[in-house]
Amino acid sequence: MTTIALTINGEARELAVEPYRSLLDVLRNEAGLTGTKKGCDVGDCGACTVLVDGKPVNSCLMLGVEADGSEVLTIEGLQPAPNRLHPLQEAFIRLGGAQCGFCTPGMIMMAAALLAENPSPSEEEIRFGIAGNICRCTGYTKIVEAIQAAGKELA
Amino acid sequence: MRRFTYHEPATLDEAVSLLAAPNAQILAGGTDLLVELKEQLRRADCVVNIKKIPGIAGLAYDDKAGLRIGALATAREVEVSPLVLDKYRSLAQSVRELGSIQVRHRATIIGNVCRASPSADTIPPLIADGASLRIRGAGGERTLKVEDFFLGPGRTVLKPGDVVTEIVVPPPPPGTRKIYIKHGRRKAMELATVGVAVTHVPGAETRIVLGAVAPTPLRARHAEDLLRGKRLTDELIDKAAQAAVAESRPISNVRASAEYRREMVGVLTRRALEQLR
Repeated sequence: MTTIALTINGEARELAVEPYRSLLDVLRNEAGLTGTKKGCDVGDCGACTVLVDGKPVNSCLMLGVEADGSEVLTIEGLQPAPNRLHPLQEAFIRLGGAQCGFCTPGMIMMAAALLAENPSPSEEEIRFGIAGNICRCTGYTKIVEAIQAAGKELA
Repeated sequence: MRRFTYHEPATLDEAVSLLAAPNAQILAGGTDLLVELKEQLRRADCVVNIKKIPGIAGLAYDDKAGLRIGALATAREVEVSPLVLDKYRSLAQSVRELGSIQVRHRATIIGNVCRASPSADTIPPLIADGASLRIRGAGGERTLKVEDFFLGPGRTVLKPGDVVTEIVVPPPPPGTRKIYIKHGRRKAMELATVGVAVTHVPGAETRIVLGAVAPTPLRARHAEDLLRGKRLTDELIDKAAQAAVAESRPISNVRASAEYRREMVGVLTRRALEQLR
């Protein structure tokens, strides 16, 4: 066991982790944050996307110990206030960007990273940006529209 | 993942000695290593994370030496570098085709090279640009052309304990034009069915490197010989494309048949040369 100190969703945490555990498992089990989903567990589906020091990564492809000293943002930390949703969350609800919802946390975290770099992305830029997030329900059209709408609101 | 011990060496010498142990695995980006450990394609008794070692990060460019890509430089760093896009266009194109943005934020260029996949996207442009690797091992330091690095699928000349510390890509002579074309079954999150990189120095040399059509990335030397010092006419391009087809040695697998790959070598080599003239 190694003890790591990191910030998760703005809160300083100390967690005892085995070195052979992924950041995804550490978030879901040790930190108790199950909003981040485990889909393929090998970096293909994007459901486990979180931001580490502002960068979108597959948390299944990173060891928990590697997050020592870093700042992690998960879907649970995206809300600006306890009773307010992030514009991306609102847009996904309003425009039907979520159906079964399993890809949604990863999709929204990736979209948040995308909009932070480029607040008004074209459809093509959005599709390029979320190429690593697989959705088997929506056909992506409504997701793209939701990201575009949220971008307008955030700009 | 199975249990392993974990180390974060502070120096290269320490890393080299830790990596000499049996079943020691090097961790930089981890996007290949963690998948292979989870799928039990690779065994690790000990994982050596080299990210705390100073002096092996980032990109640097110098008009004389060219581009230096450190062991920790990620695919994303290369992707968003205006300098790489300007002077190493084919490398920039290949990096955009590697995995997803999430993967590219972790994956390193040197990791992509060391994994030695025949279909790796970054390798053909690096070979076409005449890149070299700097390797630190138990016996000291050595330098090797990327072209001479591969022995077969997943196999390189690296010995246990060796660490590739940087890749150096020479500066392009004035007027140099470059392209990488990847052919896959879909646009993203795909392994290349065929990849073609061309670096064309007008009036001098044209280097053509094929990916995914041989056990290792392959220089189409006969095609290059036909083009050396020549203007890229329709007739010459056609001959070079045919020569590249003859030089390729593809296999059939889940992504495509050998016959299809050979055909695509001709199509893509022609397309690449047409776009560079």
